[in-house]
Amino acid sequence: MTTSSRLILSRLFSNAGRHPPALVWLTGLAVGAALLLAPVYLLVRTAGAGTEVWDLLFRTRVLETLARTLLLVVSVTAGCIALAVPLSWLTVRTDLPWRKAWAVAIALPLVIPSYVAGFIVVVALGPKGMLQQLLESLFGLNRLPEIYGFPGAWLTLTFLSYPYVLLTVGGALSRMDPSLVESSRGLGQGSWATFRRVVLPLLRPAITSGGLLVALYTLSDFGAVSLLRYETFTWAIFVQYESGLDRTLGAALSLVLVAMALGILGMEFASRGRSRYYRSDPGVPRPPGLARLGRWRWPALGFCGVVLAISLVLPASVLVYWAIRGISAGEPLVLLWGPARNSLVAGGLAALAAVFAALPVAVLAVRYPGAFSTVLERITHIGFALPGIAVALALVFFGANYATPIYQTLGLLILAYVVLFVSPAVGALRTSFLQINPRLEEAARSLGRPPWRVLASITLPLAKPGIASAAALVFLLVMKELPATVVLGPVGFNTLATTIWAAASEAFFAQAAVPALLLILVSSIPLAFLMLRQRG
Amino acid sequence: MKRPFLTIVATLILAVVLGCSGGGKGSSPGELTIYSGRSEALVGPLIDQFSEATGVKTSVKYAGTPQLAATLLEEGDNTPADIFFAQDPGGLAAVEQMLTRLPDDILGRVPAWASSSTGKWVGLSGRARTVVYNTEALTESDLPSDIYHFIDPEWRGRIGWAPTNASFQTMVTAMRSIWGEEKTGKWLEGIQANQPKTYPKNTPIVAAVGSGEIEVGFVNHYYLHRFLAEEGEGFPARNYHPQAGGPGAIIMVAGAGILEGSGNRSTAERFLGFMLSQVAQEFFANKTFEYPLAEGVAVNPGLVPLSEIPNPGLSADKLSGVKGTQQLLRQTGLLP
Repeated sequence: MTTSSRLILSRLFSNAGRHPPALVWLTGLAVGAALLLAPVYLLVRTAGAGTEVWDLLFRTRVLETLARTLLLVVSVTAGCIALAVPLSWLTVRTDLPWRKAWAVAIALPLVIPSYVAGFIVVVALGPKGMLQQLLESLFGLNRLPEIYGFPGAWLTLTFLSYPYVLLTVGGALSRMDPSLVESSRGLGQGSWATFRRVVLPLLRPAITSGGLLVALYTLSDFGAVSLLRYETFTWAIFVQYESGLDRTLGAALSLVLVAMALGILGMEFASRGRSRYYRSDPGVPRPPGLARLGRWRWPALGFCGVVLAISLVLPASVLVYWAIRGISAGEPLVLLWGPARNSLVAGGLAALAAVFAALPVAVLAVRYPGAFSTVLERITHIGFALPGIAVALALVFFGANYATPIYQTLGLLILAYVVLFVSPAVGALRTSFLQINPRLEEAARSLGRPPWRVLASITLPLAKPGIASAAALVFLLVMKELPATVVLGPVGFNTLATTIWAAASEAFFAQAAVPALLLILVSSIPLAFLMLRQRG
Repeated sequence: MKRPFLTIVATLILAVVLGCSGGGKGSSPGELTIYSGRSEALVGPLIDQFSEATGVKTSVKYAGTPQLAATLLEEGDNTPADIFFAQDPGGLAAVEQMLTRLPDDILGRVPAWASSSTGKWVGLSGRARTVVYNTEALTESDLPSDIYHFIDPEWRGRIGWAPTNASFQTMVTAMRSIWGEEKTGKWLEGIQANQPKTYPKNTPIVAAVGSGEIEVGFVNHYYLHRFLAEEGEGFPARNYHPQAGGPGAIIMVAGAGILEGSGNRSTAERFLGFMLSQVAQEFFANKTFEYPLAEGVAVNPGLVPLSEIPNPGLSADKLSGVKGTQQLLRQTGLLP
């Protein structure tokens, strides 16, 4: 090997000073470029629009929609944190009866598509819905509080999205060093003071990264807000695409959404601070002890029960009811092996691809902070805040015109999933990297290991829980994804989600209920694995 | 740690390569690629019948009509599609410049009002606009003879509609054509003054009329028949066609066109011919509860015959111009 090639090799893999190894930043750069496809496309389309765009954007209606969207984002995020932090603590760090079963069950709403949940909320809690019918027959009640508009949208999205926070906070709680809590108690602090002054600050990165996911998801949701008639920005964008058949106006409004997402990201970045979250001493953390609930056990069980009743029992029973009614009315039970297999394949491949794409981004963000890492990390979150249809059309545009061989193949669909869902993967990996003491890596390097082997033999094994939750999150999101799957999937590529949509859009509820139940069942397997792993 | 890592990378690459092997533009003569804005549940069996009868292999991409129209526009000349099968004339009109003129023997099989005057697309089935009403709250005699009169204050709080829905907008296009802009604007404002409930599309409107959440809704006729099929004849809602005719009683079409870039036009024409055959038209009549458009095919006995609906007879062309309707809806605050 010549000296110069040796030099190049060492540059490629080494970490001279504070610069990341070239391999890491080059892959990071490639990931960033792929993720910029959507915003670039939106700019191209907006530039092609006429003056109509300005008429459309500068109206009081847009400001109102903006305000409504922000209200929903803030309140849903707050609601999710308020539900998920106590739920996580109860199922990870206390002796709550059947806590592992609770842990799996309360995370399950994550797998219910919002277009299904929104419809069920209307059917169950609407003005003449199931609850009202029941109350009317029992107590003669003929009016329920209005569900349409903000209350229904808030309720649906909060009870669908709190599991995002559950996952991040649960992971952090299970890895938290119990000695910190014990020291606090030993120093005479009460349990509430310990929670407030020790546990909560340590959970901050997990809460913000979960909250960020909820906020961005709420920005991008269409299913729930359209069914519950709360006009958000994404709703306005869909209306442009759906009824206006207008790509330019839809693109212009999507750019405003990108700006909102960047604003939210800016707030999240500002709140991060410079704290360290890893254990300072070497050695293995002991498994955490469980707090005794004592007589608080019953209120705690009640709390879990109420959340579960609204978020899972209600939608699942409506689906079971539809399925049974349809089958007893002679509806044929269609075999869904094909769609189920397609969902699994797409979800699995996308999870792998997204974890690989997220790794360099998370490494750069945690170990090599700087302008490049910051920009890159923010870019990865844009896709999650955009409506699926905007991202899908961006990839149609690039795929059909510049990458014809992979157009309408599984490969391009997987790329779309990565663009849409790499954000939660980056979040999960980043949180778990933050808990790894960099001195472990430094020690390995000082013993002569090249950086990429340190990554493979030290960092990645320690980050395993984060990798698992990143993969599981992406898998679950892909399982219920609709617009990109429909537009970009290879011809004839039906998934469980597209099967549900096809049936529900034609009012065949019985035919929609069976794949919806199957979707929940299939998704619950990786979710159960993940939740149980977090709890030892 | 190293080997599982490599295995995963290899699997991933293999999967992407395998996934990529299906691409490429233009189907061979024995194959057709169809973009269908109509759902698989409705037209899938019919397309299968075509394949069985002709031996032509069909690949169908199912999605919403607007998504497919947008997809076609983004794909441009590189589209793999031979045929665009759309829910409504608006979707077809949006991509009209990408379609090729159809032969007269196809266009001639439907009434002149049911196809495009440029001959670029043809209606394959008809759908009526209708007022769906709750039979426990109302009888047909309570309903006005013209949809215009729903702006009367007595209808306050009783109406459901879906201003973002394509079919609703087609009806507004008909209103502009028959009533003119001013009267249409007055109607839109009048209905808004009656505090209607807004829904995203037709299905939830019919569900809401059935549950009694609202008393009347402006929808397409066939949604009701699907509810009747699933819930039984006891479902307390029925359709009403405004007796004085006008824009509330228009007949719209779902139709199809052939892409200019299609490599096998003759097979595509055979497909359209099949869709207008006795077999296919009867399928539309009895499975999707739509109106057959080809001569001599009987309407489903559960439907009001076309001859009894006072259809103002607007051509499909007149109903496809969404631009002006969008502007009006935006001015009246119904669209963002």
